[in-house]
Amino acid sequence: MLLVVEQFLNGLQFGLLLFLLAAGLTLVFGIMDLVNLAHGSLYMMGAYFAATFAAWTGSFLLGALLALGATLVLGIVLEMSALRHLYGRDHLDHVLATFGLILFFNEAVRLIWGPAGLALPLPAWLTVPVPILPGIHYPAYRLAIIAVALLVALLLYLGVMRTRIGMLIRAGASNREMIGALGINIKLLYTLVFGLGAALAGLAGLMQAPILTVQIGMGENILILAFVIIVIGGIGSIRGAFLAAIFVGMIDTLGRAFLPNLLRQVLSGAAASTAAPALSSMLIYLLMAIVLVVRPEGLFPANRR
Amino acid sequence: MKALTVSKAVTALMLAGLVLLPLYSQMSGNIFILTLFTRIIILALAAASLNLIMGFGGMMSFGHAAYLGIGGYAVGMLAQEGVGSGFIQFPVALAASALYALVIGALSLRTRGVYFIMITLAFAQMAYYVASGLARYGGDDGLTVYKRSDFSGLIDLSNRTQFYYLCLACLFGVIFLIWRIVNSRFGLVVQGLRSNEQRMQAIGFPAKRYQLVCFVISGTMCGLAGALLANNTDFVSPAVMYWTRSGDLMVMVILGGMGTLFGPIMGAVVFLLLEEFLSQITEYWALIMGPLLLLIVLFGRGGIMGMLGRAGRG
Repeated sequence: MLLVVEQFLNGLQFGLLLFLLAAGLTLVFGIMDLVNLAHGSLYMMGAYFAATFAAWTGSFLLGALLALGATLVLGIVLEMSALRHLYGRDHLDHVLATFGLILFFNEAVRLIWGPAGLALPLPAWLTVPVPILPGIHYPAYRLAIIAVALLVALLLYLGVMRTRIGMLIRAGASNREMIGALGINIKLLYTLVFGLGAALAGLAGLMQAPILTVQIGMGENILILAFVIIVIGGIGSIRGAFLAAIFVGMIDTLGRAFLPNLLRQVLSGAAASTAAPALSSMLIYLLMAIVLVVRPEGLFPANRR
Repeated sequence: MKALTVSKAVTALMLAGLVLLPLYSQMSGNIFILTLFTRIIILALAAASLNLIMGFGGMMSFGHAAYLGIGGYAVGMLAQEGVGSGFIQFPVALAASALYALVIGALSLRTRGVYFIMITLAFAQMAYYVASGLARYGGDDGLTVYKRSDFSGLIDLSNRTQFYYLCLACLFGVIFLIWRIVNSRFGLVVQGLRSNEQRMQAIGFPAKRYQLVCFVISGTMCGLAGALLANNTDFVSPAVMYWTRSGDLMVMVILGGMGTLFGPIMGAVVFLLLEEFLSQITEYWALIMGPLLLLIVLFGRGGIMGMLGRAGRG
């Protein structure tokens, strides 16, 4: 029972983290029609910034805030210097150009911070286990991730659906020329959206940093999960990304935790322990394949928003 | 007409260079260059197979490295289980790649555009994780191939020069095959589907079936490259399938010129030589390579073949 609740929360926490990453990706794709592979690099930069700033200031929270700002600025600079020229080009060009950016970021990180990973230690008040149910404790930090990510998701939803900027963003997604003709500075809007996406990726990176080590290439595996999520959820749909992210986070975490035991009941011990790791890493891709067979446009296609 | 001659001349020069390379290597005693070019030729073969679906078929597969791994693992696993004969290893490698391409293609071709890019990527990454989970065959650490494929005296793969020419023959064979495919009725249908799928369907061609066959042919060719690669490095590991390798293959195709017959070879030669050259200058070669890619995408339309064409036109 304890294990089930704990793994359930772990799944939720991982899913929400994936949502932060997928939301930026799907926003940038839905609005600027840009495939950004370097999104994972922004996630990595968020983690590196946080580790560095936290070490400088001696405060985790201050470091995290500074890192968030730094990733936002980095995103804006990246958009203005390079990615802006890719709008309206072929998707293949996006893939290649941002692939080049990944190489660049990985190497730049190796040059600046060295090949060894960094650690981002948590302050004492975040490491205590918190009782959530009678007799069940859960790490405070993971609860904090869940709370922050849910808050961000809510703000994002309200921001996109209820504010003027959000209205312009949605309008820009459906008809670029029209909103430009109405006198809206579409370039600035795009830069802002990209910065927002970058900051979300940075937030995910810096929150994940204390749980895993901060290392080169940390953004790449999780980026592919984010791709799977937006394919399942429907490209361009934030609601789809949210639901798919939680779904994928749960399946991945619960699969890894319980699949080996389940298999052991059907197969012999040796066969189960060889098959389980491979099978549990395949689970989400199988899920994606099933979704594709049933609904090729994803579960929540964006044009139905 | 003159435009054609410039790119043709460069291509002919490059092909002649590839054929004569072992002679140079033997005379100068530079063995390294032969090893380097064997690798280049194998990856050129993979890039050429990707070009078939990407350049001619318009299917942007971002998971092509999976076949390198599947072909390689077929050789490595059979060798580990005591089946050393190349007459078994290579057909199994090709069949396994074809089967994987059939399943992945049938699923991925339900989608198009950017979805297709992401889905092929995700499936390749799945193959990567599966290979990492194969504890019996080395898992993460990879699998050493202690004995190269045995073609019972017909050809000795441990002989550098013979192996080089085997790889080159495979490359030329695949290029010839692609040339025949592209100019066949089948190839014309596939290219028609790239330009306008709806129209082709309206004429009455079963679009998905044609694309799937093309996808499988391409995957099988790349599986051959994988089997050769495992023999070349005497080693196969999940890293061969890592998604950056798929990206490398895409870059080679674009760099050389997408949808041209010899572009991928040119792209592979230039890309890998550049990588080799830059990594000798600085440890941080990717710092230059990354922005270079960005610039090629932004300004170098049509790749090297396209530029040669433009240079010829003056």
